[in-house]
Amino acid sequence: MSTTALRTPDATTLATVTLGRRRRNRRRLVVLSVLSVLIVVMVAVSLMVGRTFYPPMDVLRVIMGQEVQGASFTVGRLRLPRTVMAVLAGACFGLGGVTFQTMLRNPLASPDIIGISTGASTAAAFAIITLGLSGTGVSAFAIGAGLGVAMLVYLLAYKDGVSGIRLILIGIGIAAMMQSATSYVLSTAGQWDLQEALRWLTGSLNGMRWPSVVLVAVIMILFVPLLSVVAKDLNMLQLGDDTASALGVRVDRTRLLVVIAAVGLIAFATSATGPIAFLAFLAGPIAVRLVGPGSSMLLPAALVGALLVLIADFCGQYALGTRFPVGVVTGVLGAPYLIYLIIRTNRTGGAL
Amino acid sequence: MAWFLVCLGILALLVVASIAIGTRTVPVSSILSALGGSDETLDEAVIQVRIPRTVLAIIAGAALAVSGAVFQGVTRNPLADPGILGINMGASLAVVIGLAYFGMSNPNSQIWVAISGAALSAIFVYAVGSLGRGGPTPLKLALAGAATSAALISFVTAVILPRGDIAENVQSWQIGGVGGATFERIWQMLPFIGVGLAICFLSAKSLNSLALGDDVAAGLGEKVAVARGMASLGAVMLAGAATAICGPIGFVGLVVPHLCRLLVGPDHRWLLPFTALTGASLLLAADVVGRIIARPAEIEVGIVTAFIGAPFFIYIVRRQKVRAL
Amino acid sequence: MTTEHLLKAENLSLGYKERTVIEGLELTVTPGKVTAIVGANACGKSTLLRSMSRLLSPRKGQVLLDGKEVHKTAAKELARTLGLLPQSPIAPEGITVTDLVGRGRHPHQGVFSRWSAQDDAAVASALEATHTVELADRAVDELSGGQRQRVWIAMALAQETDLLLLDEPTTFLDVQHQVEVLDLLTDLNRSRGTTVVMVLHDLNLAARYCDQLIAIADGKVHAAGDPADVLTEDMVRAVFGLDSKVITDPTSGGPLMLPIGRHHMVASAAGELPEHRS
Repeated sequence: MSTTALRTPDATTLATVTLGRRRRNRRRLVVLSVLSVLIVVMVAVSLMVGRTFYPPMDVLRVIMGQEVQGASFTVGRLRLPRTVMAVLAGACFGLGGVTFQTMLRNPLASPDIIGISTGASTAAAFAIITLGLSGTGVSAFAIGAGLGVAMLVYLLAYKDGVSGIRLILIGIGIAAMMQSATSYVLSTAGQWDLQEALRWLTGSLNGMRWPSVVLVAVIMILFVPLLSVVAKDLNMLQLGDDTASALGVRVDRTRLLVVIAAVGLIAFATSATGPIAFLAFLAGPIAVRLVGPGSSMLLPAALVGALLVLIADFCGQYALGTRFPVGVVTGVLGAPYLIYLIIRTNRTGGAL
Repeated sequence: MAWFLVCLGILALLVVASIAIGTRTVPVSSILSALGGSDETLDEAVIQVRIPRTVLAIIAGAALAVSGAVFQGVTRNPLADPGILGINMGASLAVVIGLAYFGMSNPNSQIWVAISGAALSAIFVYAVGSLGRGGPTPLKLALAGAATSAALISFVTAVILPRGDIAENVQSWQIGGVGGATFERIWQMLPFIGVGLAICFLSAKSLNSLALGDDVAAGLGEKVAVARGMASLGAVMLAGAATAICGPIGFVGLVVPHLCRLLVGPDHRWLLPFTALTGASLLLAADVVGRIIARPAEIEVGIVTAFIGAPFFIYIVRRQKVRAL
Repeated sequence: MTTEHLLKAENLSLGYKERTVIEGLELTVTPGKVTAIVGANACGKSTLLRSMSRLLSPRKGQVLLDGKEVHKTAAKELARTLGLLPQSPIAPEGITVTDLVGRGRHPHQGVFSRWSAQDDAAVASALEATHTVELADRAVDELSGGQRQRVWIAMALAQETDLLLLDEPTTFLDVQHQVEVLDLLTDLNRSRGTTVVMVLHDLNLAARYCDQLIAIADGKVHAAGDPADVLTEDMVRAVFGLDSKVITDPTSGGPLMLPIGRHHMVASAAGELPEHRS
């Protein structure tokens, strides 16, 4: 309905604008393709390589549902669900993390740091140690607590609307409290339970079975479309609440939808694998470095997340002598990057 | 002045409570004979354990609270606290590495290691948090601290996961408590606490100047960098020594200075002694509560303080204007 | 030319928490003109602007755009008619000028619609209007304050609204950049017929660059109209609590306010000091 008479721009100006945009689009496409190829390669490697090596044909035949001596069990029952879960969980953590980082305009505001993963961990430790649960019971507790903590942080941060800064700080406070609750629960544990709980708390793909994989897949089918519908609005939030709403974004509604979707993804993925350390935090910033700023980071972050988990899990299993759960690998690799990123962020005062 | 006496009175009451109350109830007669030095009956022996524990709670509480007050002053940041700033985790990681790779079991060397770890992470978090525009704002400092803690935790996990043998030993390092106190260990940390307290108290006047901002403080003739360095050194020694003996105890350093500021105002010459007294009382009270609420088990004092402190932290955050963060 | 949109506030009351900032305010923005809002610190200028662009719901009363309540209009629909540039907008790190200006196209795009040739044209035209074409592929972080402000205005232009509200578009700018930005806004008003409403700090610049001057005091409109009628010594005293002398601006012919303080006064000016100051 706008009737502002647009002065037709110069052809050269128009060309500058169009070409610049195409160039950035091309970079994005190239990066996305490379990431996808790498994921496929890593999936193939994780399926073939292990204590015993299976050639690609055997692996393919197992995937097609044929019976192959030995491979059917090792690849079909052990490696396949583990690998699929690595991809799904990586994507979930990547999506959830980058959503929070974009929304709160701060790369440090990932679910790892503002208490959501911590809440899920505390509940899981409680379920494993105090209640002696395992499997689904632990998952249910982790999901409930992840959602609960997210809601609590959101409510406590509410005061004339939600300010991102307040939300981050309150998240940190809650996380500290949860951390000590976890420590308490751990202190009451016996030796065996303790190891088990610690393993879960760092995030691990050990003993992954199909039912958990299917659950996470279903959750992704539910929440990923929701997230992509609000993706554009989410991107506008980077300009600050006032500018975003002046451009027609309903800030509060967008934030609520986005939080629901992101927390859903994070909580369910956490319930399946445990909180894989720093993954939610790492995927977004790496994706931005690769793709360049400006466009939506959801898809790139999901791919980066999946790739990171695949690589870290593979390294944890075979590259380091002792078998480390995937979370230890991402934790130790992620920590220096985290510190580098804080330094960088603070120096430039910038966001993601 | 009246408040000072009131605080002293409360502390005295808590000392009595700490000695008398525990998972095991003991008659007054045993308490009296135990205080006389006897440890023949089981009751008297129980009391003999509670005495060093009480002393440790007093010392550690005072140390942590003063350390928090000084950090808040140095950084002009209402959210500064040894726990929030990741200093406790620095001490933890240092000790864990010492235990795992250097077979370090001598408690005296543990103190040194813990203090160095605390100092390193304090310097690091502060340096990172004050980069960029606006200096060390509450948000930047808290985020730098939380992120550093998270990073340190993952290192701690990576160190202990493959070492089932030390996991149990290290676990006590993840929660702060005063339960295992002995006079021997208290003696070991006392010099550090004494020197730390002295430095902090001597810095009180400089802290008052620093509160007005670096430029104004420099204008008032304060050597800003020196004053800040000295005060921080004192605070790190206090936090490091307390952490070395008790393990990480969070939020005492956050809550107590705020409470005391309400009572006696922002003058550090009054604030610091008050903070020491109140910190001792708070930690003692938290310890007594921890012994009572989960009978027959005990809840470590670090957990009690976290559950008191985190809501308080949230309250402070909510009270602040967004711009000030 | 543009269709003329009528923006008015009726019996408007605004506030945060217990504090009421604006009370019972009546205001009509002259369509197709440049309006400046002035007033002392914390008098509610920015609050008023936020409310006119739907960012803040009124306690009482209403803001009407063409007779329709702004706060009941769909966000995107309003954003196609009325744009707002807040005081300190945030640029995502590393974003290029073109991409940032492109963000202004948001209200014209659907959830899954692709970037169109029309979007490119709007961005290009906004860059030209603000003389930022040569900055197109630079990162916004690297620009100077004046350049950055022009880029933000370009973003608001790409929004293609007939009404443009700006909250202190000249703060933190050097004087030459202040003039540059105000000249630019005047150009837009003249060439595109965009109605411009801005909160300004500097009374004299406001008086020079606007067609309609609105002075806010005590939560109400103290005076509104032609700058020559509004900017008077009485108004400055009532709104800012400052004694002043208003003369004719030798460069523009409009009013020019010269503050009277306690020092550095020549005898003739001091002689005019009211009783209570001498």
